[in-house]
Amino acid sequence: MRTSLCRRALPATALALAAITSLAACSGGSAEGSGSGSGGAGGTDPEAFTVMTANENAALEQLLTTLSEDQCKAENEALPLEHQKVAQADVVQKITLLASQDAMPAHTIAGTALIRPDGDLGAGGLVQDLQAALKDAGAEDNVLPAAISTEENVYGGFVSMPYQYNIEGFWYNKQIFEEQGIEIPTTWEDLTAAAAQLEQAGVQPLTTAGAQGFPLTRLMGMYIYRNLGPDAMEAIRDGDAELTDEGYVAGAQALADLAASGYFGEGFTSRDSDTSINQFLTGTAAMTYDGSWILGAVNDPERNQIGGENVGFFPFPEVEGGEGSIDQYPANAGAPMIISAKTFGPKVADWVTCISENYGSLALQEQGIISGFTVNEEVTDISPNTAEIQELISGIDEETVLWFEALFDPKSNSLASSNAALLTTGQMTAEDYMTALQESIDANK
Amino acid sequence: MQSIFGDRKTVLILLGPALLLYTLLKVVPVLWSFGLSFFEGNTLRGFTWVGVDNFVTFLGDDAALQSVWVSVIFSIAATVGQVTLGYLLALLYVFVLRRGSAVVRTVVFFPAILPTVAVALLFKSFVAVGDNQGPVNDLINFFGGESVEVLATTYGTMLTAIVMTLWSSMGFYAVLLYAGLLDIPEDVVESARIDGATGFRLVRHIIVPLSLPILLSSIIFSFNSTLKVFDSLLALNGGGPGTSTAPLTLYMYRTSFEYAEYGYGSTIALVLTLLCLVFTLAVFRSTRRKAED
Repeated sequence: MRTSLCRRALPATALALAAITSLAACSGGSAEGSGSGSGGAGGTDPEAFTVMTANENAALEQLLTTLSEDQCKAENEALPLEHQKVAQADVVQKITLLASQDAMPAHTIAGTALIRPDGDLGAGGLVQDLQAALKDAGAEDNVLPAAISTEENVYGGFVSMPYQYNIEGFWYNKQIFEEQGIEIPTTWEDLTAAAAQLEQAGVQPLTTAGAQGFPLTRLMGMYIYRNLGPDAMEAIRDGDAELTDEGYVAGAQALADLAASGYFGEGFTSRDSDTSINQFLTGTAAMTYDGSWILGAVNDPERNQIGGENVGFFPFPEVEGGEGSIDQYPANAGAPMIISAKTFGPKVADWVTCISENYGSLALQEQGIISGFTVNEEVTDISPNTAEIQELISGIDEETVLWFEALFDPKSNSLASSNAALLTTGQMTAEDYMTALQESIDANK
Repeated sequence: MQSIFGDRKTVLILLGPALLLYTLLKVVPVLWSFGLSFFEGNTLRGFTWVGVDNFVTFLGDDAALQSVWVSVIFSIAATVGQVTLGYLLALLYVFVLRRGSAVVRTVVFFPAILPTVAVALLFKSFVAVGDNQGPVNDLINFFGGESVEVLATTYGTMLTAIVMTLWSSMGFYAVLLYAGLLDIPEDVVESARIDGATGFRLVRHIIVPLSLPILLSSIIFSFNSTLKVFDSLLALNGGGPGTSTAPLTLYMYRTSFEYAEYGYGSTIALVLTLLCLVFTLAVFRSTRRKAED
């Protein structure tokens, strides 16, 4: 019996050993010998300029196609544009796999943590330094300094084509504010007082897409930035402060209090982005905290029933006695879109230069999208709301701030968003929320 | 016949292709995953041998242990519910509805063919609150109560998930157990009736013991499928609120594909496999003891 068991166990053991041995052979090998990632066109041009974008971002594919047929026609003839799509949720998985098979598209969406200098793509030298590349081509002026600064803060370098440049703040219904005699809040106390007044008048003060988690943590993060200053989250990353410190817990408490007051309306934890925007644009809610990407909906007359003239914007207010300033706008450059260092040859470099010269005007003209590229051609017929925000962005001379989870590792990032529902429904205290998050950050250092 | 199956060559030719495919598609990936659990890294970063570190990490990982707990609780509740309801339905088909049970069987079985994600979205809208309030809260409001944010709480989400699972799977188990009940010889049931066994006594002493094999199969089948629950809990509330209803499969998926930690993800997969094995063996053992008694 024992002999037969051994006989049966032998092939299985052999297979297991074979699997382990072949894995051991793989260990630590795949990222070696990759591209330099810095300087000029040091890679080899691919056969096509393959661009992989998120399924959720149809506008980018459309705009790049338009460029390939018009302003970048010569570049397209030299290196034809091809599109690939990926679901936003599958980006990390797909890019990890493609990069390990040396099959990464020339231009691709990627995960934030992957492209940082210590990320899997960044450390492997697979991410092209775009600042150096554009400088070599004499096209560095095609990018807004604010966009470069924002990218350096979050990615550790200018490595992503800034197809969007968003600032965030409160969008409010001018008509409701006027009817209630409410002035634009400049402090957190003003904001909560305005919310209380609106609540008493039977108007839902705020709406948020709580189902996604991050719209809630945005509010908490901004309270922390206003309270502790623009370096608040860098201090967490560098280990100079902990989320359990008083100032950070105060941010979580401010969000919890806002939710407990009922200002977000019924069912906000399961409210998705479209529903939340619709609540604001149909006049159900008086305010919403959102990024300038909301302009697409604001400019859509079918969705915007309160009219563009009734939509106003104000920055996240100051916290009294806080070290942050109301002029420090939270900004981001959309989902990272990197250029592969390995395939960054002269033809790809031409594409990058052409896009940087023309995308800013085209995106604004065709889709009303504000990007991190300069607007080099005259743009006509843009909505007053878009024009207002574009002017605001081009005039930003103060430093910008990031969002709450921007510098977290992927696990802590996910935890911050998912636990926001527990915090805002009273199932988790502000202290417990921050303790759990700090533990996650410590465990993933 | 005996001469065919006694011939090793024939056996090899008949079984060989299927065995080879099974080995390539099932055994090798399982062993590969087992091997990966001793490494850290991914296909891009490369793999580093870490020995049993991933297993040690698992034992101290609160999120992982919470996921084990979620999987086990969900599995026990769903198995008890779906096998009990399935068995009661099967008894209804055989002893009450008899030949007229075909329509009811079809109607009750119907949810089993619906995609799980669609069912989850359906239940999500049933319990919705706010602008698109669902019928559950409409009913609560009708009786004077205030709307309840069911999916904002762990218990609410778990209860909804279990009710959803029972609704969509009890028809399947009913048909499975119905087939088992049809195999019980009619004369045995008749003679028990003549001896005075009716109603609950008939079921307790005659029907249940005779349908024990199919009942056992159903329990094992149910445990193994519910321990591996993934899509329904993901679609219902994304494993939330927080991560309080995230099963082990969801944690494994996030670890492997969102955080690109293939080694630790494989360790979680191995724990899940062991969990299925333990549950199956426990059910086998307990029923064998019962049979011996």
